[in-house]
Amino acid sequence: MSSLWKRNQQRIAPWLFLAPGIFMFAVYVIIPIFQSVNISFYAWDGLGQAEYVGVANYVELMDDEAFYTSLKNNVIWLVLYMLAIPAGLFVALFLNQTVRGIRIYKSLFFFPFVISQVVVGLVFSWFYDPTNGLLNIALMAFGFDPVAVLADEKWVTYGIIAAGLWPQTAYCMILYLTGLNAVDPEQIEAARLDNARGLKMLWYVVLPQLKPATFIALVVTVIGALRSFDLISIMTDGGPWGSSRVLAFYMYEQAFSEYGFRMGYGAAIAVVLFAIMMIYISAFLFKMYRDEKGR
Amino acid sequence: MFHRMKTLTAAFAASTLLGSALFAGELVINTDTSDPAPKAAFEALIKGFEAENPDISVTWNLFDHEGYKTSIRNFLTADAPDLANWYAGNRMLPYVNAGLFEPVNDVWDENGLHNSLASAEGSMTIDGKIWGVPYTYYQWGVYYRKDIFEANNIAVPTNWEEFKAAGETLKAAGVTPITIGTKYLWTAGGVFDYLNLRTNGYDFHMALTKGEIAWTDDRVRATMANWKELIDAGFWIDNHAAYSWQEALAPMVQGDAAMYVMGNFAVAPLREAGLTDDQLGFFQFPVINPDVPLAEEAPTDTLHIPSNARNKEEAKLFLAYLARADVQTQINETLGQLPINSGSAVGEDKFLQAGYAMLSSTDGGIAQFFDRDAPAEMAKAGMEGFQEFMVKPDRLEKILTRLEKVRARVYK
Repeated sequence: MSSLWKRNQQRIAPWLFLAPGIFMFAVYVIIPIFQSVNISFYAWDGLGQAEYVGVANYVELMDDEAFYTSLKNNVIWLVLYMLAIPAGLFVALFLNQTVRGIRIYKSLFFFPFVISQVVVGLVFSWFYDPTNGLLNIALMAFGFDPVAVLADEKWVTYGIIAAGLWPQTAYCMILYLTGLNAVDPEQIEAARLDNARGLKMLWYVVLPQLKPATFIALVVTVIGALRSFDLISIMTDGGPWGSSRVLAFYMYEQAFSEYGFRMGYGAAIAVVLFAIMMIYISAFLFKMYRDEKGR
Repeated sequence: MFHRMKTLTAAFAASTLLGSALFAGELVINTDTSDPAPKAAFEALIKGFEAENPDISVTWNLFDHEGYKTSIRNFLTADAPDLANWYAGNRMLPYVNAGLFEPVNDVWDENGLHNSLASAEGSMTIDGKIWGVPYTYYQWGVYYRKDIFEANNIAVPTNWEEFKAAGETLKAAGVTPITIGTKYLWTAGGVFDYLNLRTNGYDFHMALTKGEIAWTDDRVRATMANWKELIDAGFWIDNHAAYSWQEALAPMVQGDAAMYVMGNFAVAPLREAGLTDDQLGFFQFPVINPDVPLAEEAPTDTLHIPSNARNKEEAKLFLAYLARADVQTQINETLGQLPINSGSAVGEDKFLQAGYAMLSSTDGGIAQFFDRDAPAEMAKAGMEGFQEFMVKPDRLEKILTRLEKVRARVYK
């Protein structure tokens, strides 16, 4: 027994250490994925008997206006949320200096990421309020007509994304700030001797060294955009007439909300969302794998 | 989570207690009555029950209003209390169909509830069985600023022409006729219900919510055409899709809007905001089609025994207590609503008296509410359509076609 352990210690030990993590990951992530896929083939109200309906949920999904609205909004979210990365970089570069009290400024900029998304949503709904909101007071001061951002199907998604960018920028900023700490001062020095400065310095010397930070920022921003749920729930509840829904919210609405009794349909939406996320995740994983090999 | 823990500890306490004291009863009640008045009403109710039944100790888990609507599904299946509050009509159908509620015909039989609660028996009955005990209801109608009406010499409108004329006068005086907040949709459902009840009557309302009538039917179009008249005339406040119903109270309090199609629960916040009874009034939604008997909307709140309850005997005792005339008088006094029991006294409050007078003389029928009479999916799609219609009335065709598509799927 003990000799078996001794002989294989090297091989068994990592699995022993991994076991709790693998167990949790399997129970809470891997198995539910398969369960979701399974449920998506049933019509089920979450209470009674589930009835097998084959791909009917997916067929219905293909003919569902609300699904396409949500999908379109998801794309808008994905594209515009990316603004958080350059914005975060800019703020990080701006704050990466040594002046008196810089720590206070840094924490102030980081503040929106620390407060709950629910609070961010509430603050922005007041900001957008058609009668008393700051935005419209400002617009009217400049002679524009007031805009009811959250009640207008044209503006509502952009309004919520703007609210989401606030904490997301802070998140990217903190990633870049830590990245900037690791920038090699000797290389900066050398570049400076070669007369590089300003944008050139940023583009050719600093940014390449920030690549790991950019990568992480990209990953968290994509995931953040795809699971943009809390802001929508707080600010518009998916409205007006469902025009600010994204897939995650639509899924919740169909399966769990006050009027949602369609677990199968909700699961089908979840599977589609998962497939979209999977494209990104595998692209990232592939890139990471290639980079590791290259080294 | 906290509430769940409490229930769990209660369950442990129950199992240990049962061993020692022979007759000690346990009763677990889950409710979402977390607003000040309903909370106080339930506190008093439970205290009264415990005083009469000293051998039963009650555990009461109070839930947040919105959260309750999702958690009820979990606790009915996994960790059932002995009593839970919910709503009459189609709203309880999913739980009845799933076998999660217990029929309580015996409670009705033994306590003569078929007489005393007769008015609500219909909305409590599914498949010939009675599924709970109703304890309160409240009227819907038009709440209005009496002082603004008087200042502009407007009499309370009783028919459609007078109603529209009143709105025009208000607009000329710089007051938006009607306030509403449709962010959470159901307020638009109330407006649709009243327009529909007045245009087509109670039977049509029930047939429509039961899925027996196409949404593209001409009678639905007639209702929508009446609604469009109000929209085109600019009767509703701007940007209502951005407001909840509470936020939409503000223009009325400030005197920028004069009317609100609402349930009686709006009175309490309006009074708190400083409106006196001289400034605030109530009238019945005006007649549109004089050939249609007047029907009203009066949602009923109820208490049910889950099938998985552990202490059903005690729960039935509680239901019998709740159904009693004096108890319903007392609880509705605190709630500011109307008792179901015909032997109960109605509170002195003028809005209660007005609602009681209106509802007891109603001959057209009493509807629950759009989202309680129609099944969940239809209700959601419908109310979303109404909200869209109120902002983009020219999309009517598209909206009705979409609702018809949902109807074809929901009622198979």
